[in-house]
Amino acid sequence: MPDAVMTKTNAAQGAGSAMLEVRDLHGFYGESHVLHGVSLDVRQGEVVTLLGRNGAGKTSTMRAIMGIMGKRTGSIRFQGQQLIGMAQHKIPRLGIGYVPEERGIFSSLSVDENLTLPPVVKPGGMTVPQIYELFPNLQGRGSTQGTRLSGGEQQMLAIGRILRTGANLILLDEPTEGLAPVIIEQIGVAVRALKARGFTIVLVEQNFRFAATIADRHYVMEEGHVVDMIPNDQLAQNMDKLHTYLGV
Amino acid sequence: MFDVLGVPPQVLFGQLLLGLINGSFYALLSLGLAVIFGMLNVINFAHGALYMIGAFVAWLLLNKLGLGYWWALGLSPLVVAVVGVLLEKTMLSRLYKLDHLYGLLLTFGLALIFEGAFRHFYGVSGQPYPIPDLLKGGQNLGFMFLPNYRGWVVVASLIVCFGTWFAIERTRLGAYLRAATENPVLVQAFGINVPVMITATYGFGVALAGLAGVLAAPIYQVSPLMGTNLIIVVFAVVVIGGMGSILGAIVTGLGLGLLEGLTKVFYPEASNIVVFVVMAIVLLIKPAGLFGRER
Ligand SMILES: Nc1ncnc2c1ncn2[C@@H]1O[C@H](COP(=O)(O)OP(=O)(O)OP(=O)(O)O)[C@@H](O)[C@H]1O
Ligand SMILES: [Mg+2]
Repeated sequence: MPDAVMTKTNAAQGAGSAMLEVRDLHGFYGESHVLHGVSLDVRQGEVVTLLGRNGAGKTSTMRAIMGIMGKRTGSIRFQGQQLIGMAQHKIPRLGIGYVPEERGIFSSLSVDENLTLPPVVKPGGMTVPQIYELFPNLQGRGSTQGTRLSGGEQQMLAIGRILRTGANLILLDEPTEGLAPVIIEQIGVAVRALKARGFTIVLVEQNFRFAATIADRHYVMEEGHVVDMIPNDQLAQNMDKLHTYLGV
Repeated sequence: MFDVLGVPPQVLFGQLLLGLINGSFYALLSLGLAVIFGMLNVINFAHGALYMIGAFVAWLLLNKLGLGYWWALGLSPLVVAVVGVLLEKTMLSRLYKLDHLYGLLLTFGLALIFEGAFRHFYGVSGQPYPIPDLLKGGQNLGFMFLPNYRGWVVVASLIVCFGTWFAIERTRLGAYLRAATENPVLVQAFGINVPVMITATYGFGVALAGLAGVLAAPIYQVSPLMGTNLIIVVFAVVVIGGMGSILGAIVTGLGLGLLEGLTKVFYPEASNIVVFVVMAIVLLIKPAGLFGRER
């Protein structure tokens, strides 16, 4: 991005240089301390991944950002606003959409009800026809019970319902987990389309071949903190290091 | 006229009507319990006491303020809802992190306190409450005589029950409620204030009990123990229908009222226990209840 544009965006954001700025974040589930000083930045319009082995703290980092974790300390700033200490239901209302790892499709709601459940928090969200255009598999399934959809369709629904809300930062937790290659391809097309539309995305991925086709930068997590950051264009040089981190 | 198995039709239909009236109360009360249980995971043992308070508020409005039945129909449920909201805010909400048993114990204790307090001030004997002028008299249907007020109770509770069912199963607000029942954390992560929803749900659930209390006042007498007598059967209804199932609560409430009525005709000795026999059988065959989903 040219410097001039960068400065302009910064000024618009008020404080800090990043849209999302996490500093020395510690997180706890009851007594157990699972995040040990996470720091990362996400700039407007970027797609950033969190990579790491099982249990590294990727999901916990997203839950901490959304405020759905017992206790958090440190700093999480979104467009300059401090999220730690903010009432839980206000955080999404700032324009952060969350797609959880387990997808969270409601079985007592139809597909349409699932799609329109999250309240619109900002103007400029996508319309339902636009969401169907992005995920044609969902078209015509409106009255089906949410959990009757296939795993891939449920994932599309979980992403689709956030796009209506006008959220401009989207936290996507392992959208390709357990899905067939053709479906992963479709999800990839959709995520790229979202990036092109200007959404800022934090993506948790185990499948970094998928991540590499989409992301601008990769954060590597280990044991509850960030151990490395690799820009996507330097991925090739860092492959050995990455293999060691991920144990593949 | 023809007899059914040696029973004159007047007797049969008379008991069926009584059964339907009782069933209307079972349905209204178990519906409130189901709504509350779904959202709060609390078995609201104070439900019978709040039903009693609903009836007493109607009685007090009439005798202290001269406000009649139609006023009470609106105001009593409102008063009971406010009591419920205060209870939820100040006490129940502190217990959600603990075992469900604590919510049950708290509401059970509250029920004892409410009933004790009303017994202290009003004694155990029932206070009569007049039928409103508009609903006095009755209709001769040929095969039976239908008192207008009783017909009204059945129609009113059916409307309220199915209205509630519609609101929960078919509207946007209901979708929030269903979703929050299933996964409150995620609903909160979409920006909905779930604690406020929980408070409102409790208020609404107990308002249904308050409404049932007003409807009951002219039929049964207004007495501090009226809730205790009814609520045991209502809990059996909830168990039979399936905890937390809205339609299950309504259908089971009405059905068991009718079954009780039929038992009174054909084998009166069993009429007080038939509901519990059904409960035992249902628990053996389908532990989650007729309409319940296994969790
Ligand atoms: N609800 C919980 N209570 C207690 N500990 C938890 C809870 N959820 C996760 N943990 C622990 O926190 C640590 C981080 O888990 P987290 O789910 O954030 O990992 P992750 O990087 O998302 O892993 P995965 O790739 O398997 O999804 C793990 O050690 C896990 O056991
Ligand atoms: Mg995870």
